[in-house]
Amino acid sequence: MLLPDAERLCAALADSVRPDVHPDTALIGIHTGGVWVADRLHAALGLKTPLGSLDVSFYRDDFSRSGLHAQLKKSDMPFAVEDCPIIIVDDVLYTGRTIRAAMNEIFDYGRPARIDLAVLIDRGGRELPVCPRWTAQTLEVGAGKNLQLERSEAGVLTLRLVDA
Amino acid sequence: MLNPQLNKHGALQHLLTIDGLPREILSTILDTAAPFTEVAEREVKKLPLLRGKSVFNLFFENSTRTRTTFEIAAKRLSADVINLNISTSSASKGESLLDTVDNLCAMQADMFVVRHAMSGAPFLMAKHLADTGQEHIHVINAGDGRHAHPTQGLLDMYTIRHYKKDFTRLVVAIVGDVLHSRVARSQISALTTLGVPEVRVIGPKTLIPAAVDRLGVRVFHDMRAGLKDVDVVMMLRLQNERMKGALLPSPQEFFKYYGLTADKLACARADAIVMHPGPMNRGVEIDSAVADGRHAVILPQVTFGIAVRMAVMSMLAGS
Repeated sequence: MLLPDAERLCAALADSVRPDVHPDTALIGIHTGGVWVADRLHAALGLKTPLGSLDVSFYRDDFSRSGLHAQLKKSDMPFAVEDCPIIIVDDVLYTGRTIRAAMNEIFDYGRPARIDLAVLIDRGGRELPVCPRWTAQTLEVGAGKNLQLERSEAGVLTLRLVDA
Repeated sequence: MLNPQLNKHGALQHLLTIDGLPREILSTILDTAAPFTEVAEREVKKLPLLRGKSVFNLFFENSTRTRTTFEIAAKRLSADVINLNISTSSASKGESLLDTVDNLCAMQADMFVVRHAMSGAPFLMAKHLADTGQEHIHVINAGDGRHAHPTQGLLDMYTIRHYKKDFTRLVVAIVGDVLHSRVARSQISALTTLGVPEVRVIGPKTLIPAAVDRLGVRVFHDMRAGLKDVDVVMMLRLQNERMKGALLPSPQEFFKYYGLTADKLACARADAIVMHPGPMNRGVEIDSAVADGRHAVILPQVTFGIAVRMAVMSMLAGS
């Protein structure tokens, strides 16, 4: 399966988000791939508000089944969430459960003015009513596969298909 | 023999002692604790990990700090916390420990945090839960007799790693009443497991256990010699309530030889940190000027203790 060029998708995503950003818009990337994409968007859009990041492990709905994942990251919210327009950024949107967890976590920092969602790839398979406002590309991926964003030592982003 | 703290997948089922836990598990607990420290800075200081779970604090011995920090940790994880004041409960009417446990299990307990004057009480509880097919209920040892106080040992390791980064280059001294201290035993186990190359214990002969050197520590009776070039000074509380017989001439004399003063601390490295598990006896094991001085990290220890206990509870609940 030929996968799209992740760097080109980041640029396309920035172009589609650009007309809708507000001077106070804040981006929040979801660890790990979503933070890389958010980093690209933040630079391309020239946003003033510092970039936020979330590790949603503490809010996942499968904790009682699979416990905590290794390699937890600290969530970092370097701006006031209260009344702030927020865009959640993730690499691959699948069931929607990660986005549900991210929204729950954001509300523990305050009440945002609004939350939108920007994703690099929408692979379908939703289990919750989550719909992104901006998508760089939709892609059919079989249920037994995971689509992963990877970053090389030189900082170049690429997509890879692995067995789930 | 199987480690009774680990389940069949090698994950932490109970936290009873640091003895016998592999370095990977200790490191995972410390790594897991790090993101929990950030929760204290949020508007809503709550995570949903233990939502719907019941945590019973069973303190058969008095404690304020440990019980409170366990309570805060469990509440920040959204658990329901039930504190049992044992001195006014059925135990004082003659109920056995295991009958108390059975009754609390019948109230759908998910986790016990237990402190007991008898070494081994938390092991007995964990074994009883296994024998009665209730492996899904977890036990955390919050201090048993002279044996162990694993979460104190872990929060001490978290504090050391926070300030000193790398365990494998450190000289650490544990000072004072090692004989009666469950904290010291947990500290020694954790330090040696995490690869600290030199652990020293310093104290009078009457308060250092026989054969403590078998645990891989160097023994000093002269405090200045023992503190020379150390990176971390871990003070212990003089445990008057556990002492039977005359082990010490007087607290004043103990302070003269083993109390940490600025003068004695000057033997340690210039960037040494000073720790104490609390509660402190100022003027007995530590001088106020040191306890409140720039080397002291005693209050950060308390704050880190909440994150470490949140990490342990989350790991157990998710195992």
